Amino acid sequence: MTAALLIDFGSTFTKIRAIDLEKAEIIGAGQGPSTVATDITDGLTKALSDLEGRIGRLPDFKHRLACSSAAGGLGMVTVGLVKELTAEAAKQAALGAGAKLTGAFSHGLTKGDIAEVEALAPDIILLAGGTDGGNSDVILENAEKLAAASVTCPIIVAGNREAADEAAGMLEAACKPVTVTENVMPEFGALNVEPARGAIRQVFLERIVHAKGIDRAAEMFDAVLMPTPAAVLEGARLLSEGSANTPGLGALVVIDVGGATTDVHSVATGEPTAEGVIPHGLPEPHLKRTVEGDLGMRINAPAIAEAAGLDTLAEAAGLDADGARKILDGITADIDGLPETAAQKRFDQALAEAAVGIAVARHAGTVTIVQTVTGPVSMQTGKDLGAVTTVIGTGGVLAHGADPAAALARALADPAEPRSLRPKDPDLRLDGEYLLFACGLLAGVEPEAALTLGLAHMHPVGGT
Amino acid sequence: MNTDENPKRGDITLVTGVIGADTHIVGNRILSLGLEEAGFKVVTLGALTPADEFVKAALETAADGIMVSSLYGQGELDCRGFRDLCIEAGLEGILLYIGGNLVVGKQDWDSVEKRYKEMGFDRVFANGTRVEEVVEILDKDFAARKKPARKKAGT
Repeated sequence: MTAALLIDFGSTFTKIRAIDLEKAEIIGAGQGPSTVATDITDGLTKALSDLEGRIGRLPDFKHRLACSSAAGGLGMVTVGLVKELTAEAAKQAALGAGAKLTGAFSHGLTKGDIAEVEALAPDIILLAGGTDGGNSDVILENAEKLAAASVTCPIIVAGNREAADEAAGMLEAACKPVTVTENVMPEFGALNVEPARGAIRQVFLERIVHAKGIDRAAEMFDAVLMPTPAAVLEGARLLSEGSANTPGLGALVVIDVGGATTDVHSVATGEPTAEGVIPHGLPEPHLKRTVEGDLGMRINAPAIAEAAGLDTLAEAAGLDADGARKILDGITADIDGLPETAAQKRFDQALAEAAVGIAVARHAGTVTIVQTVTGPVSMQTGKDLGAVTTVIGTGGVLAHGADPAAALARALADPAEPRSLRPKDPDLRLDGEYLLFACGLLAGVEPEAALTLGLAHMHPVGGT
Repeated sequence: MNTDENPKRGDITLVTGVIGADTHIVGNRILSLGLEEAGFKVVTLGALTPADEFVKAALETAADGIMVSSLYGQGELDCRGFRDLCIEAGLEGILLYIGGNLVVGKQDWDSVEKRYKEMGFDRVFANGTRVEEVVEILDKDFAARKKPARKKAGT
């Protein structure tokens, strides 16, 4: 048997999956605590003995690949020129690389901005600004200010190519680790985030893993390839696009509802599905990830209640307002607790449904009607997900929730909200065994096995 | 670039687009293609472009001029404060042209031109102006400046 071990160093748990590569089947799963704060090997050792307890003697693993969201994930700050242009492109690049975006700046950095960046102490700064041959003043000015700042983290320069070397030179002279890569927006309106994503991945692999002490367990695995959200996005890409021999699922959306945030990934062109609609704004990345920092089932449960309305949640859970308030307060008081009573479980379900609905509505594009002299014109901003054929739920909340199909159904287009371009008639699937990250990690080395595994284990839910 | 020479067209970036809730794209597309053919770098924003998007595109691409089209007669409303927006964004010296059906009905051209010049446009063109004529005037205007209007921060 040829086997692979896939590891996710999470913020709470160290999760592992053993895969039989020949049969493209899961051999077993194990779990240990997250021990990155002390010694990361502890949690992994516990996870491995948990796995051994389930499947017997462990096989020799051909690949041992890991991803990590431990130690705060990959904290990033992005800097660009115009908010809707290079600053937005830089954000897209960072999110697509699986980063936790802690700050996004545009135009010239002020003293206050620099102080904020210093306080945020990001793992990586992505510095963009100007199209190639376009504005070079602002990126140079910002490079100069970052050079004088007390930040010591790696800085990736992905701006106007005419200014990139000079910007890098100023930062290097101040002893900052610098990588130069292609412009995130080489010409006006053209998005080029892949080279920056690659550079972020490389810096993560070479420096961040070490800085966070994850490589202390280096003898127990081959490499920590990427942040966990990037692994999930890679898994989504593989399932969508397929491999050389096996077709994929086509345009799809992955929703990951977590304790603190809700991530939405889409692999789709997002072009208008209705005739005569004019796309507006920046072109959308084929692979897009958005993170809703205010939609989480535990830490951010009150924020969901605020966004969705506590009354709406109470009604969905069949509770009165007082009952819902008490359960919400209970969650805030004990964010590590899990729902026990039937009412708590119903409230959790309502929270999950609301989080999915709001997060997908924010990820999806919108259509606005502009009245012109020649009549109304439909203008689309963002991605039209109408033609998406598969919606996949991942993460513990959905996998262990009372009714994942009902939660995922909230991602669908609603005739009452015709301007929100959500999936119209997709198949709903659930990553019930938490394998999507493993598919993403395996995609680079064993794409066929990863794809077969993913297709077999994203289980259809909700009837049709 | 030697500042004694006239600027080369290839060093000049121009932003084009149709302002406001105006979908008439054909003339603007002909202009954009003509300018490109003449050797200018052209950033095309297309139809239905709000004023602030012209300015944002010009800022990011360090454009030297903005060429606004307006065909539906509402240009006066859309273009109010256009020069101020540019100044606000640090693009004080940028060259601003406008052309098209700039007002509703038949009005005295001199008064139309005067109104748009007061809004800060350097040149105002009537509908039917040929691309060659615009190129000629661009060359003249940039030659008069001796260098592109590209502004350096802090200078």
